[in-house]
Amino acid sequence: MNLTLKVWRQDGPNDAGRLETYDAPDVSPDMSFLEMLDVVNERLINEGRTPIEFDHDCREGICGMCSLVINGVPHGPQRATTTCQLHMRSFKDGDTIAIEPWRAKAFPVVKDLVVDRSSFDRIIQAGGYASVNTGGAPDANAMLIGKEDADTAFDAAACIGCGACVAACPNASAMLFVAAKVAHYAHLPQGQPERDRRTVKMVNSMDAEGFGNCRNYYECEAACPKEIPVKFIGNMNRDFIKAVAAGNEG
Amino acid sequence: MNLDAKIPSGPVAEAWDKHRFDLKLVNPANKRKFKVLVVGSGLAGGSAAATMAELGYDVDCFCFQDSPRRAHSIAAQGGINAAKNYQNDGDSVYRLFYDTVKGGDFRSREANVYRLAQVSANIIDQCVAQGVPFAREYGGQLANRSFGGAQVSRTFYARGATGQQLLLGCYAALSRQIEMGAVKMHTRTEMLDIVVADGITRGIITRNLTTGKIERWAGDAVVLATGGYVNVFYLSTNAMGCNVTAAWRAHKRGAGFANPCFTQIHPTCIPVSGDHQSKLTLMSESLRNDGRVWVPAKPGDQRPPSQIPDNERDYYLERKYPSFGNLSPRDIASRAAKEACDDGKGVGPGNRGVYLDFRDSIQRLGAEVVKQRYGNLFDMYQRITDENPYELPMRIYPAPHYTIGGLWVDYNLHSNQPGLHVIGEANFSDHGANRLGASALMQGLADGYFVLPYTIGNFFATHKPEPITTDHPAFREAESEINARLQRFMTIGGSRSPESFHRELGRIMWEKCGMARNRAGLEEALQKIPELREEFWNNVKVIGTERSLNMTLEQAGRVADFLEFGETMCRDALLREESCGGHFREEYQTEDGEAVRNDDDFAHAAVWEWKGPNEEPVRHQEEMTFENVKLATRSYK
Repeated sequence: MNLTLKVWRQDGPNDAGRLETYDAPDVSPDMSFLEMLDVVNERLINEGRTPIEFDHDCREGICGMCSLVINGVPHGPQRATTTCQLHMRSFKDGDTIAIEPWRAKAFPVVKDLVVDRSSFDRIIQAGGYASVNTGGAPDANAMLIGKEDADTAFDAAACIGCGACVAACPNASAMLFVAAKVAHYAHLPQGQPERDRRTVKMVNSMDAEGFGNCRNYYECEAACPKEIPVKFIGNMNRDFIKAVAAGNEG
Repeated sequence: MNLDAKIPSGPVAEAWDKHRFDLKLVNPANKRKFKVLVVGSGLAGGSAAATMAELGYDVDCFCFQDSPRRAHSIAAQGGINAAKNYQNDGDSVYRLFYDTVKGGDFRSREANVYRLAQVSANIIDQCVAQGVPFAREYGGQLANRSFGGAQVSRTFYARGATGQQLLLGCYAALSRQIEMGAVKMHTRTEMLDIVVADGITRGIITRNLTTGKIERWAGDAVVLATGGYVNVFYLSTNAMGCNVTAAWRAHKRGAGFANPCFTQIHPTCIPVSGDHQSKLTLMSESLRNDGRVWVPAKPGDQRPPSQIPDNERDYYLERKYPSFGNLSPRDIASRAAKEACDDGKGVGPGNRGVYLDFRDSIQRLGAEVVKQRYGNLFDMYQRITDENPYELPMRIYPAPHYTIGGLWVDYNLHSNQPGLHVIGEANFSDHGANRLGASALMQGLADGYFVLPYTIGNFFATHKPEPITTDHPAFREAESEINARLQRFMTIGGSRSPESFHRELGRIMWEKCGMARNRAGLEEALQKIPELREEFWNNVKVIGTERSLNMTLEQAGRVADFLEFGETMCRDALLREESCGGHFREEYQTEDGEAVRNDDDFAHAAVWEWKGPNEEPVRHQEEMTFENVKLATRSYK
């Protein structure tokens, strides 16, 4: 099939940026979206034009490196699917596809479609862990954890940190990302000793990084490639209020 | 080349305890005076950086991704082995050790493997303490499954995303140390060389991938945790960024490269669908627990799978290896798939595929149970192929997945190049010629959490070189070499993208040095690769500038190194005149196509020494002795 791409080009963080138009002829429906961009880039290089920069790595939907707002939707039209796993069979011949970077104050554009997501790392550094050093751990089966709790913890821990939730939110809120990490530990006994501290510190860090607030649009859940449910945000809000009420403000 | 493996004397079961006692310690107050540069933030690098920082060392960690959480360890699906014997099915440290040595086709070091089996249990304890959400039974205990050719259930898992959960545990530990200021993390930073002064590794040179800035870093030890080189095949299950650059630069500065021809081809990947393909996707080996592998018995049978009755199907793994069947080890299962397709029985595009069929399991267990076990994998398969595996059998084909060769290290994970340690997939030591399923995560974390943090102390306590700063001429020279090379990429002004060279190299490697190799093919590859390299350096085209984000430039550097490395890999495959593990030389096989190992002449690691750009590298040997597991022909029949 033959497609027209409108791609966001931006030379650096201080450049204004603009949409540029490219043809993408002879696209196979079996190509992944990123393979389609590879082909476009190959042609740009052959023509002596600067290729489009975009983040990607594992190309199997787990590393969280790929991004792209495709026709206004983070990771494109297919639910529960990262851009790298989106295939061109989701489009039809003659389509025009708009491709933009994640847009959020806390994710500044580095170049073209590449953004800086180090704010996510700093939120985790604020408290997204159980404070145990290597060594001295008791036998793994000494602690019994019910299957339901373990499964819920996994559901939350499945977050790949891609940032689609932020890109989808009209407020550029990172609540789903933070809530998923908080819920992962909140559902496990290993997370209890630092539960209050963790919640407060991570929420404070999120605010300091410039992410917006949650207004219950639920766009994040719809965009999340791992289908992390918004109920975790409610859980986090409850934990936050409890921690603050108890005076445990991190 | 000094290849003293420093294996402790005495019985293998006591070696690690004895060695730990013999290791010299660093006073806790002095640890912060030692700067460790860790390159890579996957399971090995991340766990090592976090653990060494906890001990008090001053750690800098580097990764080329935008966050340490994205290292390719994250993509491991199936699980991690540990000799816990939670299932009461007869497992033990000794059995895991035995299985791993045998599975490695007797080309690994017994003492290293024994230690790996010993610390496997600590890894699970540690990960659970961190909050890794492993699969559990209703009673609250950890669940296990049998995996990849093991006859006991010793594999711990977190749905189909075990690597992700282990890496996130390790990333959490690392993040905690970053917050405490004990680790300085440098993301989007690629190591381009190590710096050697007076024979000792004193630091690294990096490129900031966002700004293009070249930087010098001095350290008391350099740790490479930079993963494997299987992207030399271009198409593999590795992430697009995985590369050999760090290991190869260290090699060119003096580190021996051991067994580069040992690669692991994973039997269950989604077949290639067209020329546009940029990577291959693995379908977890756990699928073979309930899926049955077959091809049409008659060559060229084009009927849809549902119309081929059972008596016209060849369940070739069950037929050839009745005791292991569909759970035969990876090298065996991969080769059998290739053989079936070579015989004209392959299915799907290009007839390079075999069926992995869940029909019988769905009948026996019900679709719901199958969905619980493999739902995410089935979904992934459907997303990529647009076929529903609940109704149609999956099509799979082997693909390059992991590399078992790597930089040579001794028992302390120290290379022959003083000051350079190598951990995880980047070293060669524990898997021999074939890695068993669920052993890679185990090795990465063993090295990082429980081995290197001990042995590096002994290194600091016994090596006291003169202090050095990044103003030393060795740093200056290394930096100017890097700058000259980057300049050269920018000014060649040729007509082909780095990507096109990578694809072409990959085709040569896969055809001549892939699942089956022979003398004529390898000699042909050894002709073609230097020609391709020559063309690359005259005709590659890189657009833009070296002073900003430029992924084409990054790729050019990585491809340039693969173009040198591929040659050493083929040379190694040519000189290893036997078939063992993942290395199958067609000249050395039995009448029914089984590998013929040659223990008299090849029970050793081949360790290559770089001699210069136009010189043949020199092959050294470290003999492998087997005092505990008797050398025997592997049989899975």
